[in-house]
Amino acid sequence: MRRFVIGQAKNLIDQTRRRPQHNNLNLLSILHPSSSRFFSDMSASDSSLPVTIDSINPNVLKCEYAVRGEIVNIAQKLQDDLKTNKDAYPFDEIIYCNIGNPQSLGQQPITFFREVLALCSHTALLDRDEAHALFSADSIARAWKILDQIPGKATGAYSHSQGIKGLRDAIAAGIEARDGFPADPNDIFMTDGASPGVHMMMQLLISSEKDGILCPIPQYPLYSASIALHGGSLVPYYLDEASGWGLEISELKKQLADAKSKGITVRALAVINPGNPTGQVLSEENQRDIVDFCKKEGLVLLADEVYQENVYVPDKKFHSFKKVARSMGYGEKDISLVSFQSISKGYYGECGKRGGYMEVTGFTSDVREQIYKVASVNLCSNISGQILASLVMSPPKPGDESYESYIAEKEGILSSMAKRAKTLEEALNKLEGITCNRAEGAMYLFPCINLPKKAIAAAEAAKTSPDTFYCKRLLNATGVVVVPGSGFRQVPGTWHFRCTILPQEDKIPAIVNRLTEFHKSFMDEFRD
Amino acid sequence: MALEYDLLNENVKKCQYAVRGELYLRASELQKEGKKIIFTNVGNPHALGQKPLTFPRQVVALCQAPFLLDDPNVGMLFPADAIARAKHYLSLTSGGLGAYSDSRGLPGVRKEVAEFIQRRDGYPSDPELIFLTDGASKGVMQILNCVIRGEGDGILVPVPQYPLYSATISLLGGSLVPYYLDESENWGLDVNNLRQSVAQARSQGISVRAMVIINPGNPTGQCLSEANLKEILRFCYNEKLVLLGDEVYQQNIYQDERPFISSKKVLMDMGLPFSKEVQLVAFHTVSKGYWGECGQRGGYFEMTNIPPKVVEEIYKVASIALSPNVSAQIFMGLMVSPPKPGDISYDQFARESKGILESLRRRAKIMTDGFNSCKNVVCNFTEGAMYSFPQIRLPTGALQAAKQAGKVPDVFYCLKLLEATGISTVPGSGFGQKEGVFHLRTTILPAEEEMPEIMDSFKKFNDEFMTQYDNGFGYSRM
Repeated sequence: MRRFVIGQAKNLIDQTRRRPQHNNLNLLSILHPSSSRFFSDMSASDSSLPVTIDSINPNVLKCEYAVRGEIVNIAQKLQDDLKTNKDAYPFDEIIYCNIGNPQSLGQQPITFFREVLALCSHTALLDRDEAHALFSADSIARAWKILDQIPGKATGAYSHSQGIKGLRDAIAAGIEARDGFPADPNDIFMTDGASPGVHMMMQLLISSEKDGILCPIPQYPLYSASIALHGGSLVPYYLDEASGWGLEISELKKQLADAKSKGITVRALAVINPGNPTGQVLSEENQRDIVDFCKKEGLVLLADEVYQENVYVPDKKFHSFKKVARSMGYGEKDISLVSFQSISKGYYGECGKRGGYMEVTGFTSDVREQIYKVASVNLCSNISGQILASLVMSPPKPGDESYESYIAEKEGILSSMAKRAKTLEEALNKLEGITCNRAEGAMYLFPCINLPKKAIAAAEAAKTSPDTFYCKRLLNATGVVVVPGSGFRQVPGTWHFRCTILPQEDKIPAIVNRLTEFHKSFMDEFRD
Repeated sequence: MALEYDLLNENVKKCQYAVRGELYLRASELQKEGKKIIFTNVGNPHALGQKPLTFPRQVVALCQAPFLLDDPNVGMLFPADAIARAKHYLSLTSGGLGAYSDSRGLPGVRKEVAEFIQRRDGYPSDPELIFLTDGASKGVMQILNCVIRGEGDGILVPVPQYPLYSATISLLGGSLVPYYLDESENWGLDVNNLRQSVAQARSQGISVRAMVIINPGNPTGQCLSEANLKEILRFCYNEKLVLLGDEVYQQNIYQDERPFISSKKVLMDMGLPFSKEVQLVAFHTVSKGYWGECGQRGGYFEMTNIPPKVVEEIYKVASIALSPNVSAQIFMGLMVSPPKPGDISYDQFARESKGILESLRRRAKIMTDGFNSCKNVVCNFTEGAMYSFPQIRLPTGALQAAKQAGKVPDVFYCLKLLEATGISTVPGSGFGQKEGVFHLRTTILPAEEEMPEIMDSFKKFNDEFMTQYDNGFGYSRM
């Protein structure tokens, strides 16, 4: 970090002034009549306002994010209308199964974590005797420990741009305990959720549309949206539905070669493990092949591991890519690896707190300086989220006062998730024309709907994709909000939707019934 | 190696953010070695001993652990109005602090923000046009990302400026079009300067799309007059620019001649055609004012005259990040609707707030006067915000020494200052300044009781530095 160059705002300004010499040529080509629509100072045809739909960043127009897209907007309108017009609908509530937002559907936060957060929010509590009656002793002790790691105990101050050092130490220790390989707190960059970390890496990796990022299809649309926003190219690799959404190296090689032939330089491989929306947990062997592939092809491995605590099947286990790489004998010089973790998922489900981190290994110091610099422009991530991230990675241990209740809460949530995953999977598989792979992990089911030709024709007439057509009908008939598979991309000609496993157990039977009834009537209407 | 420095996005390499740059990193190193450092590099009040306001912390603590509300003993630790307010905010969420909210922020909080704006300005405000963000910086980045299509797009930015703007424009591949504030006129803004800057940019083929104003200014602290704001809005109307009004320091006003007036109020006062045609996005935060809750990362922006389709696109991009953090949204709600006279917590809240603001006002004066008593240092009064931006007239001997050390002159000065006194500042070059004129930015945030000692320490260093490098051959300009 010593070589950090001091603020060159002046240089940037000087560059702007010196532009005429070398930039007029570029700008003339930009101002060529065919593209003058975008760069004209003259009013656009319908408005004299400077910022209109015709004059905003085209990358913004291009990017899409279906998780909170069209169907959700319709659902919100329905929800509003339900308040005054209950009788107009065959259901009395909207159930949002479009987004992995557990606490909005009744999941309770982990008590110990919230005790610590409350004490850190209002530190005056720690000086009051009455606090001992309201808070567990170990939450008080942990709050003190965390506050001692914060300069001046000031939880309202901007922290180090990578996050509070002491909290990063705890996270590094947690990673080491998880993997059996050391982790360096200086490799950790804490972010407001995992998503900003993904954006940072895309910003670093993408200079133009010639830069490609290999993404799984189906994928969580943060990746496609981020790549679009940064002006890069998404290079798809298809997961194999028939083999439980398996990842084939031959497919990776094929897509890489294809991209190269189109003049795209592939910079990174994004892997979501456990998968979203697909829920598969990669086998260790698969992971080794992936690591080797990235090493051989010189790709950065972007490992989205936010669902690492959500594994529901006894025959699969989560292994971090770092652990896999290190057990193969690969160190810092062998593979560039970024691992993303979040406090939003797991059994803690703290989506609204916006906490997470990326562990960045295998980069030279000059590259890490750039990552730091970009992180510093936003100063730091929110402190409360940072505290939670450290708690998630170093929860109560056996012997701690809160351990018993913590474990009961954790296991209660996870076993319930596994149960709901199984129940919904079985129900979906019973439906005509629907096959659904099991959710080995994560929080979603991604059934494949074999839509009859009549339905596809009706969708076309309605100028909407067939899976969107199905999902809209589903919403209007049942009040259940899901996301059409086209929001995640899928093998062309196949149709899916993503549904979360998160509604509370007592709601599941009603959802299954409504879904079953709806699907039967849909098939009755459109059956070939 | 997969990711080499040479292969990185050039825009990332070009961007600079001095607030946490070289000086800060050196200061951190020295701190690790045991040296006492006074960090005045960033507007971070709580880090320098300012206490958080009690009431919001009580409310948020209850929201963090709602089970406390069920405990019969909760009234022993929390006043009734904090308990009521916690229940109120929890009822606005759909699952407490741990659930993603609407991507624009909780509707109930946005409504409170709209009501605040209406009370402040006397004009209606639409909650649908208010988006909460993880700090105002994120909001600025979102809007600039929307406006900037490529390097052909220019953004008018004041010089000196808070380098979030230059850094973001760099990252987004746009062009920064500078307009110089006039130090001799208390950092005043001259519309002729603006016209010149725009004309020059256009002659280079740049399409100037937006104008940034920071009011009160950062690092310069000046408060814009109503007349000035009118001129600026008229200018934006004529030149078809969207005005980006960074108003995060609106609570930090240390003189009475120019109280804060929002850009929106002036725009609405101007009436037609301006009020319906000038596009404006204004930014606010919980990080500054007398709240200083930087670590929460809470902010908002309000859009005026932005077409619905564009608002939709901004919403779409916001939804990719899912939602701003909910705790900070509650802080924002509390900030815009604080305890009122008659509330149980009102007296304490008013006392704490007043105490902080009055002290800031005193510190603004202590610092300005302190700098002005130093050799070769001239400092405009800090009318608002949180910073002091003295001009340091460096003798040519110092300029030479800096050159030999391979450092920009104000960086050289600031490093020497740091090493001698432990005071960590940000060199003026980090904010932009006129060629050959040097400044440093410090905050007015160190504790009031420590200020005299800090200013003495600075004066001692400065006067010795000036003596050391004064070879009688002249000084840096102005």
